[in-house]
Amino acid sequence: MAITKEQVLHVAKLARLNLTDEETERLRGDMENIIGFADKLNELDTEGVVPTAHAIPMQNAFREDVVIPSYDREAILQNAPDRDEEAFVVPKVVE
Amino acid sequence: MELFQYTAHEIADKIKAKEISSVEATKAVLSRIDAVEDKVESYVTVLPEHALAQAEEMDKKIAAGEATGPLAGVPMALKDNLCTKDILTTCSSKMLYNFKPPYNATVTEKLKNADTVLVGKVNMDEFAMGSSTENSYFKKTKNPYDITKVPGGSSGGSAACVSADEAYFALGSDTGGSIRQPAALCGCVGMKPTYGSVSRYGLVAFASSLDQIGPLTKDVRDCAAVLDTIMGHDPKDSTSVNIDHGNLLSALTGDIRGLKIGLPQEYMGAGISSDVMSAVMGAVDNMRGLGAEAQEMHLPLNEYALPAYYMISSAEASSNLARYDGVKYGFRAEHFDGLVDMYCQTRSEGFGAEVKRRIMIGTYALSSGYYDAYYKKAQQVRTLIMQDFQKAFETYDVLVTPATPTTAFGIGEKTDNPLEMYMADICTVSVNIGGLPALVLPCGYDAAGLPIGIQIIGKPFGEAQVLNAAYALEQTITKVRPTL
Repeated sequence: MAITKEQVLHVAKLARLNLTDEETERLRGDMENIIGFADKLNELDTEGVVPTAHAIPMQNAFREDVVIPSYDREAILQNAPDRDEEAFVVPKVVE
Repeated sequence: MELFQYTAHEIADKIKAKEISSVEATKAVLSRIDAVEDKVESYVTVLPEHALAQAEEMDKKIAAGEATGPLAGVPMALKDNLCTKDILTTCSSKMLYNFKPPYNATVTEKLKNADTVLVGKVNMDEFAMGSSTENSYFKKTKNPYDITKVPGGSSGGSAACVSADEAYFALGSDTGGSIRQPAALCGCVGMKPTYGSVSRYGLVAFASSLDQIGPLTKDVRDCAAVLDTIMGHDPKDSTSVNIDHGNLLSALTGDIRGLKIGLPQEYMGAGISSDVMSAVMGAVDNMRGLGAEAQEMHLPLNEYALPAYYMISSAEASSNLARYDGVKYGFRAEHFDGLVDMYCQTRSEGFGAEVKRRIMIGTYALSSGYYDAYYKKAQQVRTLIMQDFQKAFETYDVLVTPATPTTAFGIGEKTDNPLEMYMADICTVSVNIGGLPALVLPCGYDAAGLPIGIQIIGKPFGEAQVLNAAYALEQTITKVRPTL
């Protein structure tokens, strides 16, 4: 399983990570090893096998559509890295 | 015997009998922390004032006859990925170094309602990714039996603090062995209950189809008492199951006559040290002596559990950890160029090496062109592994295996090779794949005096049978305390 530097950088972009050259090279090797390890799964014939998402049978968990108390705005904003009186503040998105 | 050395049920009995107060028990634990914490380093946050205030309140409730549960007044610790209202919950990550949740996890709330005392938050591998607690941003926790060795992980702080008597019990979380592997390496009891039996509301998510919360305790009775307290349906967790779990404490009869034990040979072959094997087989003989029937059997797909696990858990982690973007809470990078670069810089500076590795693997496995080959394939293999277990449980009541391939390894020994570190979970991951309950308890010690753990795996919702088997076995084992 060969993984190229370009593939690593593409995945990093999808994952919103900026990698240094050293990290890129180390991750390239690690990904080759770990994904190569996962290639072992190809030894098993899974034609027609239904994938399992949860180990126990799950059904939709519905609740009544009623309003319940929510958090105070202040409680939610108290951890914000940057904020004003009533909102999270982020860098300007639209010029 | 020192006050901090008692088990949770012993200290609870003393508090109930008014021999000591909850404040005295809390002070005993706090001074124990003062005495050994510089060696063990199991806590991220110790809360002396909070704990003493809570203990005082519990003493009042106990005096008024309002607190009568099996854990009333008992000081305990929580893994730092369990939300505690207005108390730091860091996941041992720079990303959440300053995060104070506005709410309690359901387990935090349940333990509070059971009149326990929160002493502090304990260390872990960053976002629960790791098998040695060396991936913590803050500190490296040590094994109380030998401080040059790792405590295991990711719930290494939970295991070490219980083993070192720095708390009467702790909660951890287990995605691929993160309760059971450290419990084995630190010589305590640890249990991952059936998927869906404990609410994950307020547990910081790692891999949602595998994560489960459970106790790390000094003995099996404590394990049952804590599970009785934290299990149960919660409308706030849509994966929590609405069934009656019964009372586990009352299931501990110690009678295991006729219990059918399967010994899966795939867990006992190459890679398992001879010390571990002989202690485990010795324990099996003890159980035979108590009237259980143990038989060799096979789970042929076990070797596929670890690769399937790393695909599923990393894929789910990459999705769950997408929320850390420096906007609503936690760390934000100082220097960046625009919004998207703020996300990227924040994530690049806020996550450690192992977390980035898992996010990269997971993003790759979910990306266009690879989804079917890796993520879907792993989920199909998961189906086959579960069928293996279902078949085994048609014949056997429980399965018994080693908990780990070796006793505790040295600090720094496996940090350069991720795959070698992943092998530390070779005996435990299949249980998460199957969503099964499994308990680890000490069954002996190697030549260097390091604990050896044995794992008992049960049917879905078969906690009572697992705990009773463990309880029976525990009576035949002589426990050795760490010397610190």
